[in-house]
Order: sequence, then structure tokens, then C-alpha cells
Amino acid sequence: MGTTETPSEGANRLDRRLLLERLSSYWLVGAGFFAVALFGLIVLTLVQQSIPIVSEYSLFQMMTSSNWDPAADEFGFLPAIVGTIYVTILSMAMGTPLAILAAIYIAEYAEGRTKVLVSSFIDVLAAIPSVIFGLVGLIVVVPFVGDYLAPALGAHSIGLGIVTVSLVMAIIVTPFMISLSVESLEALPDELRESSLGVGATKWETIRTVLLRAAGPGIFSAILLGFGRVFGATIVPAMLIGGQTAIPDGPFDAGETLPTLIVNDFGELMSIPLTQSALILVGLTLLVVVWIFNFGAMLIRRRLQRRWQY
Amino acid sequence: MDRYTEQRLFGLLARASAALILAVLVMVVGVTLWRGGRVFITDPAVMVTAPGSRYMLDGGGGFLHAVLGSIFIVVPATVVASILAISTAIFLQSDYSSERTSDVINMFLNVLWGTPPIVYGVFVLTIIIAAGAQTSLIFGTVAIAIFQYPIMTRYADEALRAAPDTVKEASYGLGATRFETARITVRAALPGVIAGIIMGFARGIGDAATVLFTAGRSTQMPGGPFDPATTLPILIFEQAASFNAEVRSHAYAASFVLIVAVLALVLASKLLAGRFARFAPGGRHS
Repeated sequence: MGTTETPSEGANRLDRRLLLERLSSYWLVGAGFFAVALFGLIVLTLVQQSIPIVSEYSLFQMMTSSNWDPAADEFGFLPAIVGTIYVTILSMAMGTPLAILAAIYIAEYAEGRTKVLVSSFIDVLAAIPSVIFGLVGLIVVVPFVGDYLAPALGAHSIGLGIVTVSLVMAIIVTPFMISLSVESLEALPDELRESSLGVGATKWETIRTVLLRAAGPGIFSAILLGFGRVFGATIVPAMLIGGQTAIPDGPFDAGETLPTLIVNDFGELMSIPLTQSALILVGLTLLVVVWIFNFGAMLIRRRLQRRWQY
Repeated sequence: MDRYTEQRLFGLLARASAALILAVLVMVVGVTLWRGGRVFITDPAVMVTAPGSRYMLDGGGGFLHAVLGSIFIVVPATVVASILAISTAIFLQSDYSSERTSDVINMFLNVLWGTPPIVYGVFVLTIIIAAGAQTSLIFGTVAIAIFQYPIMTRYADEALRAAPDTVKEASYGLGATRFETARITVRAALPGVIAGIIMGFARGIGDAATVLFTAGRSTQMPGGPFDPATTLPILIFEQAASFNAEVRSHAYAASFVLIVAVLALVLASKLLAGRFARFAPGGRHS
């Protein structure tokens, strides 16, 4: 191509390339800032739409009132807040040890084909849609909790409730925490393992006192991100929590969480402007809390990395 | 407890935890395939039959509307989201932005990545109300695209980062422009990028919370982009606890279709990543 090209054609081609370069750079810069713009737009929209409810009722009053009755202009978020905290703490209490132990298994014990197989199964688990977990929860976990677990612990349960949701959510968050924890465990240099084993520590002592500490920042941020996940989970709680607008009496009781509040009251969302505003405020709360978890994860990661240096 | 007993105990616990998680995975997939498969095998026509007029009450007809709705919502969303995601990922490489800028943008991407899908649903619904429009297929597409964008960007960014530097250096060394170099880099990272797009597609097709409010939950065949539509996850969500056994069985059959689709996509993403590696400059030669 170069041999038959006259100088002017060559200049034309260069012009075209440079034009394409300039046009594409506008597009790419635009795309780069799209993330920031999208985030800003979401926050602005939600803030602007939740102003009506905040100007009508004080935030403190709404958070401490347990009466949720939009038709009578009563907006108490307390039952949903209590339910969300219950679900988050129970799921994480079950899911975190499970995830860390499984991560230790994948990173430190499993080898060769087994390791590849186990970690790809974890990837598959991460890709399964949450409606399917909800459906399997309805088929398997609801009867299990209602007929066996609750009676065994001396409680009464219809099967739907906070414990049911927590059991399912504990499994849903694990793949995500496992892959992050495995990543930080595997990033550790082998000298750490070798020197610890060399001074006579057992494998488990090495894992507990050296590796978990050195990988601590990564594991901590994985746990915090997991908290954010459970906190914002919508579909599984909506299918399994039983939808009750009073404060739950115990973990086997039905209840509601902040996201299920949005889902259940969707029908009223259009009709009463104040309800719409209240539910958008709930959405904004979710965003802010998840943002705090994410930001905390980043901060802890940086701080601990400096303190827990090896 | 002496230290060797402790070591054995915790070694056992670690294995047991991994085994428990795998057992749950097998159970979830197994129950879905078994319960849904039974319905689906006895009457595979439910997937390609339009719903009857009183579908939510008597389960007459099938759920073709949800299958089509899923396709019409998620395919365009994936196209839009992957174009945006690849562009953002290119921008995040050093050629177009300073390290500081890409750090800041990465922070926002992380926040978007962790944002609960329900927030996207509420956001798009708020815009629909503000615009005076009605919930419809096109807004479902918008919501899913927003949901997929940070996921795909993360995959694409990781893939581009992993591409060998020599490709970029060679391209600049031959006098290529930034855009031409970016195209070569994307080609070198193609396996990872494609795998990321497919994973984004799988996440999009399985998500219910974003489209629950925005697509319109219709029980009729989707008419056009501005008509209400529904997707498989919405259908499962709404019908899983129905009192009518027929309506409920359709939720099982739909979950069978959905899990087969998702598993096929995950498998495809792993296999394609290996296949494309052969055509990537600087990639593996197998």
C-alpha cells in the first residue's frame, strides 16, 4: 500500500487518523466520567425526591417510630430497621466464619485439580440469580425452619421469617467473600509460610497467627463489602421474610427489611406523593449505608496495611 | 487441647466449610433442575406459549412473554453497557487519564458496583415518574444497563490491565495513535473482555430487583419498546408463592429455564475465554 501512495494521499490518511483520534478521545473521556456522572445523578435525584418527607417529619422521629401506615400519614421505619439489622447480623455471623474457613481451604489446603474445581464451583454459586435462591428457600428452607429448626429450639415459626432469610443470605454472600479472601491470601509471599513453618509452627498456627494477620486488611474489607451486600439484598428477603409491619418479637418471627419495604409498598408508590418520597428516602438510606461500608472497607484496608505490615 | 489436635480440628473445619458450600450449590442447582425440570419435561410448550387472559389466576397458557421480555430487555442492555464499559476501561488505562483521575473514577465505580440493585430500580422509577412516562420495556433496559455497567467495567478493566505491556509499547513504537493502540490492546485482552461481557449478561438476565419497578410486570406479550413487559426473574418472584399450583409450577419451570441459561453462560464465558486467547496478539499460543 505504501509504494503507490502519493504524498497528498498520505497526508490525507494522517489527517483522517488524527481526526479519528481526536473524536474518539472525546468519547472515551466522556465514558470515563460517565461513572461519576451516573453516581452524581442518582444521589441528586434521590436527595431531591426525598426532600418532601424530610421537611414534613423529622428524621429522628421517623427512625424511632414503629408505626408504618402511609394511608394515615404515619411513616415509622423502626420495624424495617430492626429487621434489616437482625438479618444482616445473623447472616454475617453464619456466613463470615464459613467463608473464611472455605477461603483458607482453597488457598492453603486444596491443590491442583481440586483447587481449580472448587474455585470454579464458587464462581458458579456467585452467578446464580437470587430469585433462584429465593425459590429454593421456599421449597427447602421454609419447611426446614418451620418443621424442624424452630420446634427444636423451642420456638414457633410458620417457616417464613428472619432466620429463614438469614440462612439463605449467609450462603449468598459467601462466594463473594471467599473470592476476595482467597485473592488476598494468595497474594502473600511464600517466605511467610516457609519461615513460620521453619521456626516450628504447625500449619494451623501459621495460618492463624501469620497468614490471617498478613491478609487481614483484604479479609476485613471483604467482610465489610459482604455486610453491604446483605444490607441491600432485596429479592430473597422479599420472598422469605413473611412481610409483617410490626417490630419482630424474635429471630423466628416474620418481619421486614428496608428493601422489602420498598418492594411491598410499590403499589402505593404512585398514588400518594408522600409515600413515594418516604420510599425514595429508604432507597437513599440504602445507598448511603452501602457507601459507608464501601468507604470503610477502603479505609480499613489502607490503615491495617500500614499497621499489619510483615 | 494440644496444638496438633487443634491443627487437625481446624483443618477438618476448613474442609467441612468448603464441602458445605459445595453441597449447598449442588442442592440449589439440583432442586431447581429437579422441580422445574419435572414441570418442563411434562409440558415443554409452556416456554413457547403465550399467556392466557387470566394467567396470574389460573396459569392458562405459558410464559413466552417472560422469555421474550428477558431477551428484549437484557440483550440491548448488554450491548449498551458493554460499549460503555469497554470505553470506560480504556479511559482508565494510563493513556487517557492521570493516575489520580483513574483512582477517583475507580472509587466511584466501586461504589456503583456495591450499590444494591433495588436502588437502581428506585432511581429509574423516579425518573419515569418525573418524565410522566409509564413503566415499560425500554426503561427495564435502561435499569439493567446501569446495573451491568460497573460489573462489566470491572471485568474489562482487569482484562486490559492483564494485557501484556509489550503490545502497547510495540504499537506506540510503530507510530500508532492512542486510539489505534487502544484497539490493539482491547484485542490483546479480548478473552477477558468477552468473558466479562458474558458474565455481565448472566448477571443482568438473573436480576429481578432492578426491573421489578421499571419494566412494568405485564402478563401479556410485550408489544413494543414503550409497552410494559416482564422478565423471567420477575415471573419467578411473583408466582413462586402463588396459591394456584399451576401458576406456581410455571415459576418452577421458569427457574429451570433461567438456571440452564445462566449455567450455560458461565460455562460459555470460561470456554470462550480459552478459545479467544489463541487470536489475541501477545496471548497464549495453544
